[in-house]
Amino acid sequence: MARVSLKVNGRSRVVDTDPSTPLLYVLRDDLRLNGPKFGCGLSQCGCCTVILDGNAVRSCSIAVSNAENRSITTLEGLGSVAHPHRLQKAFIEEQAAQCGYCMNGMIMNAKALIDRNPHPTEVEIRRSLDGILCRCGSHLRVIRAIQRATV
Amino acid sequence: MKTRQVSRRGFLKSAGGLVVSFSFSGPMSRLVAQSPDLPAVEPEATSLDSWLAVAQNGSVTVFTSKVELGTGIETALAQIVADELDVPFQKIQMDWGDTAKSVDQGMTVASRTLERAGPQLRQAAAAARQQLLKLAAARLEVPAEQLTVRDGVVSIIGSPAKKVSYGELIGGKRFNLKITATGEGWDMKVAPEARAKDPKEYKIVGTSVPRIDLPPKFTGEYTYIQDVRVPGMLHGRVVRPPVVNSKPARIDEPSIRHIPGVIKVVQQENFVGVVAETEWAAIQAARALNVTWSAPAEKLPANKNELEAYLRNTKSVIDMNPVKKGNVEEALARASRTFQATYRWPFQLHGMLGPSCAVADVRSDRATVWTGTQAPFMTRDKLATLLGLAKKNVRVIHREAAGCYGRLEPDDVPEDAALMSRAVGRPVRVQWMRDDEHGWSPKGPPHLISVRAGVDSQGNVIAWDYLDRSFPWTDARGVLLASRQVGLKPADPGFPNGATSAGEVYQFANQKIAAQNLPWQTAGPIPLRTCNLRSPGQPARCFASEGFIDELASALSVDPIQFRLRYLGENKRLREVLLAAAQKAAWKERPSPAPVSAGPKLAGRGVAITDRAGAMVAVVADVEVDKPTGKVSVKRITVAHDCGRIVNPDGVKNQIDGNVIQGVSRTLLEEVQFDAAGVKSLDWKSYPILTFQNIPAIEIVLINRPEMEALGAGEPSIVPVPAAIANAVFDATGVRFREVPLTPERVLSTLKSGS
Repeated sequence: MARVSLKVNGRSRVVDTDPSTPLLYVLRDDLRLNGPKFGCGLSQCGCCTVILDGNAVRSCSIAVSNAENRSITTLEGLGSVAHPHRLQKAFIEEQAAQCGYCMNGMIMNAKALIDRNPHPTEVEIRRSLDGILCRCGSHLRVIRAIQRATV
Repeated sequence: MKTRQVSRRGFLKSAGGLVVSFSFSGPMSRLVAQSPDLPAVEPEATSLDSWLAVAQNGSVTVFTSKVELGTGIETALAQIVADELDVPFQKIQMDWGDTAKSVDQGMTVASRTLERAGPQLRQAAAAARQQLLKLAAARLEVPAEQLTVRDGVVSIIGSPAKKVSYGELIGGKRFNLKITATGEGWDMKVAPEARAKDPKEYKIVGTSVPRIDLPPKFTGEYTYIQDVRVPGMLHGRVVRPPVVNSKPARIDEPSIRHIPGVIKVVQQENFVGVVAETEWAAIQAARALNVTWSAPAEKLPANKNELEAYLRNTKSVIDMNPVKKGNVEEALARASRTFQATYRWPFQLHGMLGPSCAVADVRSDRATVWTGTQAPFMTRDKLATLLGLAKKNVRVIHREAAGCYGRLEPDDVPEDAALMSRAVGRPVRVQWMRDDEHGWSPKGPPHLISVRAGVDSQGNVIAWDYLDRSFPWTDARGVLLASRQVGLKPADPGFPNGATSAGEVYQFANQKIAAQNLPWQTAGPIPLRTCNLRSPGQPARCFASEGFIDELASALSVDPIQFRLRYLGENKRLREVLLAAAQKAAWKERPSPAPVSAGPKLAGRGVAITDRAGAMVAVVADVEVDKPTGKVSVKRITVAHDCGRIVNPDGVKNQIDGNVIQGVSRTLLEEVQFDAAGVKSLDWKSYPILTFQNIPAIEIVLINRPEMEALGAGEPSIVPVPAAIANAVFDATGVRFREVPLTPERVLSTLKSGS
C-alpha cells in the first residue's frame, strides 16, 4: 500500500492504495466516482474512459501510480443534472441512450474530440468513437447529440 | 430500482437496520424528502395501497415489480398512470423491482411489459381515481358526477374555486381499499371493476415524454447495480473451471498469500470464489489462485461440424407443432416444382456491456440482495432454495444493470454473491469479469432449419414445410450456475425456444410448421448453456422463413413484396406495414436478383416481415457488397412498425434503433466460437459487435393504433432484420446466404463457390 496523490476534477485527492491498482477502481471504489464504468478491463469497450492530461484514456488499463499528479477528468467533472455540460445537455435533448452504461465512454470521448476539433463532421465523429462499444444501439442518437452540442 | 427513494416504515427494522446510502442528488434528494412513509404491509394484489401511494404534496408513488432494463419502460408506465389519475407526469415516482414492496407482476421479458403491466397499473390508477373522487364528493358535498380533475386537483364543474387536491384528500394516508385481482404474474387482472378512461381522453399517453432515467445516466449520478455499495462490503470474484463440469480437486491457498487484502477462498462443492477487501485484490486473487480441476465430466460438441451433427441427428425432447394444415406430403408430391433449403444460425451472445454484478448481505436467518435481475421474485425464490431460507426472509432489490436482452432472466451473479457473503458473514459485491460474462453467460441457442415448398403449374405455393431444430433455454427458468455447482439439479429439459416467425403469416393450403428442441440440459454447468435472447428464436426462424419466401419469389420471377402480399390473407395490419416500408424505402417493383452490374460494389435491397405476438414489422434493407473483399455494408434499414397504441413515440423509435443495430450486428458479425473445453470467444476482439463506422442509416414509419392496447417495442423489430439483409445480399449478388454471420470470409468463399 502507498499514498498516491491525484488531481481529479480539479481537486487534489490522496488515496492509500496498492499502486498497481488500475485507476478505474480507485476512482470508483475510493473516490466514489461512478461515472467511469467497468466493461471489460481490456481496453476494448471504452466504458471506463477518463480524460488524462487532455487525452481520452481507458482507466481500466492504467495503474493509479501512472496517473499521479496528472490532471484527471471524469464524467462528474463535466457537469451534473442540475448544471449539465453542453454535451450532457445535448445528450438529454436527443434522448441519446437506452441502458446508458456506455454513456461515460461516449461523452468522455466526445469531450476529448471536441476539445481538439470543435466542429467535427459526422465522419470524424464516427471515426473517433469507433472504439467505444454500445450494445443497445444508441449510436445514431449519440452522433446527433454531439452534432447538436457543436453547432 | 426506484426513480426516487421511498421507504415503508418497518422495513428498515426487518432488514436489520441496514441502511444503504445512494448518491441521489439534485431533484432526486428533494423528492426523497417529500416521499410518503407508509406503514409496512405485505404487498397484496387486492389492496390498492400495494400499487400506489399519494403523498401530501400530491406526488404519487407507483410500486411495481416490473424493472427498468434501459428500454424506458418506467417512463411509459408512469405516463399511463399519470394520464389515468389526471396528475402531472412529473408527480409520478416509480418504485420498482423490490420484492418487499411490490406485487409479483411477472418477469420483465418478452417485450410484454406495456401489454400486460400497463393495463394492471392503469386499472389500479383508475380505482384510485374513483376513490379520490368519492372522497372529494364527500368533502365538497356534491355528487361525484359533478366533479372534474385537473393536475391532481378535484373541483366542482363550473365552480373551479371549490376544489380539493389529491394530497389534501389522502396525502400520506392509506386508501384501505380492496380491489379485485385474479390470476397471477403478468396474466393478473387488476381492478377490472374500475372504469378506466376512454383512450381518446389521453393527454400524456401518446406523447414523447423525455425519459425519467436518462439525465443522471449522462452525468454519473445514476445508481446502476455496479454502483451499489453497502457498509462493511467486501469484494468477491468467481473462479470458474477452465473446462466444462469439472471439480476443484485441490485448491492451493498459499498461491494467493502474497496478495494483500484477501479475506477468504470460498469453496462449496464445485463453486469457488475469493473474497477480498478491495476489488483489485479480489481480481488478482481470482486470477492467481491455483486450482487443480478434475477432468471434465461431460463432453461438448468440439466444433461446428459436431454441433451440426448433433442438431441434425438427436431425438428431440420438446416438440411444437403450431401449424398443421392440409396434407403437405401429398401437395409436395403433386407440385410441379419443389424447393428445399437448410438455414443455419450459430450460438450468439447477449453481450451485456457491463458484466453481471450483485451485492448480497446474507445473515443466518435472512438475506438482502441487490441485483439487475429481470425477475426479482424468481431470483428471490431461487436464492431462498440455494440458501435454505424461507422466501419471505429473502429480499431482492433491483438496480438497473447494463442492457441485458434476456440474459438477466437467468440472473446468476446474486447466487455467487450470496454464497460468498454467507461464507464471510459480511455483505459481498461480486462483479463478473469480461471472460466470465462472455464465457459463462447463457447463450442464444443455435438453429438448424429445414424448409420445403411446392409450387403448382400456375406458380402458386401449395405446400410449406418448416422444421426448426434448436435447443431449449436450459437456464432461463431452471437451476442457475452456482446452484448447479453446489449440486442442485435441473428438473426438466428447459423452456421451449418458441415456434413462431416460421412462415405462419402466409396462407398456404398445405402448411406444416414444427419446432423441435433437443436435449441440452446437463446436471452440471456448461459454458454453452442457453437462454432467451431478444425475441428468442425468432430472428433465426424469420431468417429462414423470410429467406425461403424470397427464394420462391425469385425462382418465380416475382417482386418480393408482391409475392408476399399474395399470401398474407386478412392480416391487414401486416399488409399495411409492408406497404409503408416499401413506400418509405422507395421500393421499385422488380424480381430479385438485381440486374448484374459492373464494378466491385454491388448494391441490393431486401425485405422481410413479421407478426410478432401481434406487433407488425416490415424491414427493408439496402446493402452494398464489396466483391473483392466480401464485405457487406448495410447502408440503410427502413422499418415500418405497428405495436398498437403508441405510448411514447420517441421511446418506440429509440427501441427500433436498438433492435436494428443489434440485428445488423448479429447478422454480419456475431458467432460464439467454442471447442470441447468451452467458449473461445472470451472478449470483444474474439466476439466483435457493430461499431460506429458501420452503423446504417435508419428510417422509421410508426403506425399508431390508438384504439388498440399498447404492445411492447423492445423486441419485434429485430426479428426481420437478418432476413432482410440476407435477401438484400442475394439481390446484390445473386447468391443466397443461408447462414449467419455474413462475415467477409464467408461471403467471399460463398461468392467464389457460387452457391
